[in-house]
Amino acid sequence: MPAHDVLIIGAGLAGQRAALAAAGAGSTVAIMSKVHPVRSHSNAAAGGINAALNPDDSWESHAYDTVKGSDYLGDQDAIEIMCREAPNEVLWLEHQGVTFHRSPEGKLGTRAFGGASAARTYYVADITGQALLHVLYEQLMKSHETVDRYEEWFVTAIVQDDEGECSGAIARNIRDGSMQLFSAKSVILASGGAGQAFKPTTNALICTGDGIAQAYRIGAPLMDMEMIQYHPTTLAGNGILITEGARGEGAHLYNAEGERFMEKYAPNKLELASRDVVSRSEQTEINEGRGFPDGTVALDITQVPRKRTLEALREIVNIGRDFAGVDITREPIHIKPGCHYIMGGVKTDVWGETSIPGLYAAGEVACVSVHGGNRLGANSLLDTLIFGRRSGEAAAERAAGMAMPAPSERQLVEEQKMIDQILSRSKDGRRISEIKDELGEMMNEKCAVFRDHEGLTSAHETIRRLKEEAETAYIDDRGTVFNQDVLGAIELGYMLDCAQTIVMGALERKESRGAQFRLDFPERNDDEWLKHITISVNGGDAPKVDYAPVTMTQWEPQERTY
Amino acid sequence: MGEYTLKLRRYQPDSGEAPYWEEFTIDLDGKRSVLDGILQAKDRQDGSIGIRCSCRAAICGSCGVRINGRPGLACHMHLDEAAERSPDGAIEVEPMGNMPVIKDLIVDMDAVHWKKMQRVTPWLLPEGPPPEREYIVSPESMIDITQTMACIQCGACVSDCLSMEVDPLFIGPAALAKAYRFVGDPRDGQHKQRLKDLAEDPHGIYDCTHCFNCIEACPKGVAPMSQIMRLRRIAGSEHDIDDRNNGHRHEMAFVNNIEKNGLLHEADLLPDSYGGKFHPRAVPELLRSLPAILKALQRGKVTPQKALLHAHKADENVRRIFNHVHDKDERYELNLYVVGEEDEHQSDDSSAAGHSPPERSPNT
Repeated sequence: MPAHDVLIIGAGLAGQRAALAAAGAGSTVAIMSKVHPVRSHSNAAAGGINAALNPDDSWESHAYDTVKGSDYLGDQDAIEIMCREAPNEVLWLEHQGVTFHRSPEGKLGTRAFGGASAARTYYVADITGQALLHVLYEQLMKSHETVDRYEEWFVTAIVQDDEGECSGAIARNIRDGSMQLFSAKSVILASGGAGQAFKPTTNALICTGDGIAQAYRIGAPLMDMEMIQYHPTTLAGNGILITEGARGEGAHLYNAEGERFMEKYAPNKLELASRDVVSRSEQTEINEGRGFPDGTVALDITQVPRKRTLEALREIVNIGRDFAGVDITREPIHIKPGCHYIMGGVKTDVWGETSIPGLYAAGEVACVSVHGGNRLGANSLLDTLIFGRRSGEAAAERAAGMAMPAPSERQLVEEQKMIDQILSRSKDGRRISEIKDELGEMMNEKCAVFRDHEGLTSAHETIRRLKEEAETAYIDDRGTVFNQDVLGAIELGYMLDCAQTIVMGALERKESRGAQFRLDFPERNDDEWLKHITISVNGGDAPKVDYAPVTMTQWEPQERTY
Repeated sequence: MGEYTLKLRRYQPDSGEAPYWEEFTIDLDGKRSVLDGILQAKDRQDGSIGIRCSCRAAICGSCGVRINGRPGLACHMHLDEAAERSPDGAIEVEPMGNMPVIKDLIVDMDAVHWKKMQRVTPWLLPEGPPPEREYIVSPESMIDITQTMACIQCGACVSDCLSMEVDPLFIGPAALAKAYRFVGDPRDGQHKQRLKDLAEDPHGIYDCTHCFNCIEACPKGVAPMSQIMRLRRIAGSEHDIDDRNNGHRHEMAFVNNIEKNGLLHEADLLPDSYGGKFHPRAVPELLRSLPAILKALQRGKVTPQKALLHAHKADENVRRIFNHVHDKDERYELNLYVVGEEDEHQSDDSSAAGHSPPERSPNT
């Protein structure tokens, strides 16, 4: 049985950062991912990474912006840590070789971003996430003697010992279909978000909530699950993302009547208000008939000098051309709000530890919570790196003081049975893809920018039905090599767990805060709802809803205007 | 909506059968991608179709394939365009080349692509400890290497690299582009060692044959071959590293020969390519060419007189052409992120990043 001090599941930025930190602390490390690490969805973070690195900026200002952006649901102790440690993290990245944009003097240069009171977003053209991911992977290749990489391995379950402590994981080698039990003193979940539970979404096909569901199934509470960010600028139809960097560079939003409508909703910050505000404004324009016939509004990048666009927004020039047939340097592009990010996830402390000893989580899979009700643009890369590193350090420290656990093979047998059962299903039920599509379209209709009791209740009913149907949903591929079909069936189960907890959280929160806007409770209600909602499994019964306090340090809730 | 025929190259290793073609009819808007088409076939008709994919937006690099015989990303080609380019309307999709096929459209990138990547020491090797703050480097240098950072490791260039087809050990376009990312990075302290290593390796930078396939294949404008040429140029001009192919000297021999003679004086070409008739490097080359020379004499292709005396001298027109070329400014390196696409307005606003520093280009 392979045994490592620290086993990391997921190899995007959080996972890779955790691996480097744990290896740096002297642990033997394995990093495992269902895709090759550079295929991870961290790639898609285009715009940049926030840090108050400039002498005239301050971490307090960054923290305040983040707290305000979160609609006061973010935990301020965690936010303080993130913003305080941000400058050194960006410098560390620069020292590893990230090709950050420079000022004419050769220092790190910034761009403006939404919800921020200073230009503090550091970037590499509009491929920041990709550049970071590939540079970290360079470091991982450099560390090949201390970090074992299990690329294209799919985790089916987290393993606990009899005392409930995490002791490893079970994974399927996608290449040959074999199952393997991995022993580990600490396990870090870094397997990203659950955007595929929505359709369309900006999220990659791999973002199926695996880690969220794996932790949830063994009893870790999920927190803030109702907080789903709709990004203001996504392409209609396929949901492909147009970076906030476009607005950061000066692009404007117009409705079909040619009105720069953000003047009404956010007179000061305009297009650079926080994402929940901009998305809601767009959706209001569209719902009230001032959108284009395809249910969109227009993003106009033509006022950004063409040369600057070609240099700093090259990727979306390509996306506009290839995926919408539009030359964004010459004409506006039609966009709409689209599912983009889940602020919620597995509840952790500021060292990434979940309620299960030995199990850590970092990045989008986790909820520390630094994003609260709404994440600021360019804070997600920061979150992955800061809490990835902290988890790696904490996991290594735990591992240093204990013996290697010897998890029982029993569960391995069960997981193999689970897979055999999927492989042997007769073709009486529905197709996996049919259920997935129904789930995604339904979530995007009923659990989107605007929500209400009726829609959410019917969403919950649908999910319960889909869960039953998923039990018998069949697949075509019975093979062992790269059987993506059987993985799809397991992923569907993960997505359904995520969707259910998202809808339950949204139903529970009877107020409007951050990304959650309830048409039947349109106001923020600090008296009753300035608290986190957590959801956990409850034996065979319906999942259990609890509350957790919001940690406040120095910022009292205020009315939120931009 | 439109109906399209996808012709997929299938290989199911579990079956023990040889690869075969299978057709699927799909129904999608022509502006959706070939990947969307494949996924529809997979979702609705046959879940066993194997293809790596994730982002659907040409940023994760998973879905490298060959479409109608040409390498690229399945998510990056519209169905209507692919159908138009196909000889019989059926969109042919097969796995990338130069890498072993694992299943259907999935190839073993570890065995080829990533192994080669590891070969170029793909991490920054700075000299000494890092500064307290950031490294101070020019904005142009960062923008310059961002072109190679734009590589998404999809393998499309590797798929159709002609040199690699002939020499599987060739380090190849993607890994060498990665090497430029460090050689072009002022923070790296091992430029010379890196270049020497890649120049001395018989499968290194001089193993590329300028076929341009990688430039055409790359969906991200990385232009791997251009990066290889830059590695050669920097190796020669900044670090005096010997060109094991003798390509640069050979090229200059042509240019000088014409400048002097107007018409090519072939007998001088070979020795001049090695530094002149009496250069120690030229002697063994001349000796080695002796059989060919003798055969040419025997068959009357050359006469000793013609070989030794070349009466033709460059006339005024030839000199005019050379003067014209010499008077021109040094060529600017083209870098996507710096100069963008051809732009009639480009010259109007010269404030932004500007051109990368002029580099001498002995190849022109």
